[in-house]
Amino acid sequence: MRVREIFAALSTICLGCSLFNSAANAQVTFERLLNSEKEPQNWLTYSGDYTGRRFSPLDQINLANAHALTAKWVYQTGATGKLETTPLVVDGILYATAQDDRAFALDARTGRPIWMYQHQLPGDIRPCCGRVNRGLAILDDKVFLGTLDGHVIALDTKTGAVIWDIVAADYRTGYSFTVAPLAVKNLVVIGVSGGEYGVRGFIDAYDAATGARKWRFYTVPGPGEPGHETWEGDSWKIGGAPAWNTGTYDSGTNQILWPTGNPSPSNRGEGRAGDNLYSNSLLALNPDTGKMNWYFQFTKHDEHDWDATQVPVMIDSGGKHLIAQANRNGFFYVIDRATGKLISANAYGKITWSDTKDAEGRPIANKEASPTLEGHTVCPGALGTTNFMAPAFDPQTSLFYVTARDQCDIFSTAPQPYEAGHAYYGSAYFPSEEAEPYRGFLKAMDPVTGEIKWKFEHTSPTWSGVLATAGGLVFTGDAEGNFIALDAASGKPLWHFQMGGAVYAAPMAFAVDGKQYVAIAAGSALYAFGLPEK
Amino acid sequence: MLFTKHKVQLVLRTPAWAVLLAIMFLATASRADDHNPYAGDAKAAKAGEFEFRINCALCHGLGAHGGGRGPDLTRAQKKHAHSDAELFQVISNGIPGTVMPANGTNGQGVGMTDEEIWQIITYIRRQEVKAPARPMGDVAHGKALFYGDANCSLCHMVEGKGGRVGPELTAVGGSRTREAIIDSVRNPSRRLAWGLTESTKEFPQEYETVTVVTADGKQIKGVALNEDNFTVQLMDTSEQIYLLEKEKLRSFQKSRESMMPRYNPDILSDKDLNDLVAYLTSVGTK
Repeated sequence: MRVREIFAALSTICLGCSLFNSAANAQVTFERLLNSEKEPQNWLTYSGDYTGRRFSPLDQINLANAHALTAKWVYQTGATGKLETTPLVVDGILYATAQDDRAFALDARTGRPIWMYQHQLPGDIRPCCGRVNRGLAILDDKVFLGTLDGHVIALDTKTGAVIWDIVAADYRTGYSFTVAPLAVKNLVVIGVSGGEYGVRGFIDAYDAATGARKWRFYTVPGPGEPGHETWEGDSWKIGGAPAWNTGTYDSGTNQILWPTGNPSPSNRGEGRAGDNLYSNSLLALNPDTGKMNWYFQFTKHDEHDWDATQVPVMIDSGGKHLIAQANRNGFFYVIDRATGKLISANAYGKITWSDTKDAEGRPIANKEASPTLEGHTVCPGALGTTNFMAPAFDPQTSLFYVTARDQCDIFSTAPQPYEAGHAYYGSAYFPSEEAEPYRGFLKAMDPVTGEIKWKFEHTSPTWSGVLATAGGLVFTGDAEGNFIALDAASGKPLWHFQMGGAVYAAPMAFAVDGKQYVAIAAGSALYAFGLPEK
Repeated sequence: MLFTKHKVQLVLRTPAWAVLLAIMFLATASRADDHNPYAGDAKAAKAGEFEFRINCALCHGLGAHGGGRGPDLTRAQKKHAHSDAELFQVISNGIPGTVMPANGTNGQGVGMTDEEIWQIITYIRRQEVKAPARPMGDVAHGKALFYGDANCSLCHMVEGKGGRVGPELTAVGGSRTREAIIDSVRNPSRRLAWGLTESTKEFPQEYETVTVVTADGKQIKGVALNEDNFTVQLMDTSEQIYLLEKEKLRSFQKSRESMMPRYNPDILSDKDLNDLVAYLTSVGTK
């Protein structure tokens, strides 16, 4: 009797639970990822959805009320160094990463932790550019983390428990993961870092359920493969071409569009004569087979460390299905995403390396742009006109927003033998002697014409990405620690908040219980902002 | 007490030969860090030169002659390291409180192996030999000029004495090249303290000249202590600090024309400037 009563009571409680929290326990299927526009309250991939446009359809926070935005919560990661994460939000739970391969889940309304995980890293990892991570992918009941020691790990979304943990590459030879993976179909797609160490770059796809590798696409073709002839001698073995930023997925053509980085050594072309495919390229891969449909190489035989790893953004305009990229080399490229054919390439920052274009319309390097032993000045500098900071495209304004930097560097070669696991630049670069300080901007571009519609100049160049929202706003951060909301149409700043730490991450938006939030990482913390309670 | 006892027991139980081996091993390990195995080796110096270009030249300049940020390493006298072992420690672990990072394999960046660090030290030693000997100026006269006729101390502080509007210069003689200091005196606007992070500050200050007119019509001219997109913190020549919100100002102008006057040779002779540099160097490399 008594047992039955307890059982009945428990059932009632559980029923209540499931009614109240049904969404929080739903699985994130591939169908949901494909149709993310049906759930604008959630942020399901690194860039928000498969298009890469980092646009939130939420409009509760808008031009009329942005001035009233207020901090809702702050989550301290307890880590030092650069925090580059973009969180995911699914049905009220926020999932993000932090330095040294931390991952965590928070109550997205309050910032209170649900679970925390930290991968045990060996003491001798050698990530080039900070012990950073840019985020997670989610599929079904798992989130996926790439680590600085070359692991890919699946964590349980409810507990953070490790479901599987595989070693993709040997960190001792310079391989690492910093990228947010992308879940496509039943796969976890991830690209490797290590262009500073003479790795042979690749993009991998793993079975999300088991961690079994389904395919690997080497971004430097081996003997007998097309493109292999673009490498001198054995240089392909240490050719670089990493793939360290998140690509997109086009269901229309069933293609993963993933960008690649610099050939190794980054600033010395001697010894790797040729175009060095597929470094600094956009690759269209079939997720079912891992085979390449087409490629477009932005910078051939790069000698300036101009990784083309910027997030590519799918834009549909005038009946055309396009993919656009604001490239580190200073040009904004628009490409037909079915064929890989270049449509336009326009400079969007200060450039001196190219005065001419080839028959396809691709900017080609001036001879005198090559680094020399004595060194000479080239714009943009090694950090590029933009870099890993995520751009945004707003379908309402039809504008592309990108963080840009005007800086020139003196590029000089430094011949260096390859040694496994050792830094392998073959180069040195310095700030140019010009008295001009570096300048940083948020630029709004017409992606069709390349025309800069407006620009907002920062006090100094920032590493922050950009978010556009249906509220007529763009959000970005600055190097001095401000989080800023601007009018998407004019660039007029409407609101700002001093977060006390420089921004190296990109903002995102979500909603819980009908209330919109905007979140961004700065310093060592994650911040969420919203409108005041009435 | 308990721990001490435990330790003693451990040592007692360990055979004497093992203790001896351990001591020998420790001695060998520490000796390896003291002596440059490549000292004087021309091939190692060449490898070190390229390592230097890649990892060090950004701040210390090509040829180790110093850059905007890092000291001239061709000077035999260095502030933070004299022996090879000290140089090794500084390169490997960095200098806390300065922008010199840890460059060993445990550092944040790409990391250099012990071998690579020794090669760089071999290269630096070679560059030292090559560096021309310079006639040293009169330190006492340089100090007298700094606090007297040259009026430097109206704006600059050295060892706790002097003004506050310009950069604090106690360490400048150790961290900037002689040429950079001379250039800063002769052409103060050619390059502000651009890219310099002072050891005592968390953020780079460039000493740009800012002129504002406040809402009530008051004009203020001073150097920027800090600035972001929305605020500016200024100090004027009377060392008054102003904390301003840009949107509340009637006008805001920023210039890279330094508030420091140009010291042409007719104001400060080459000999006097040499003495001034000698003074700053003597303080900065102490």
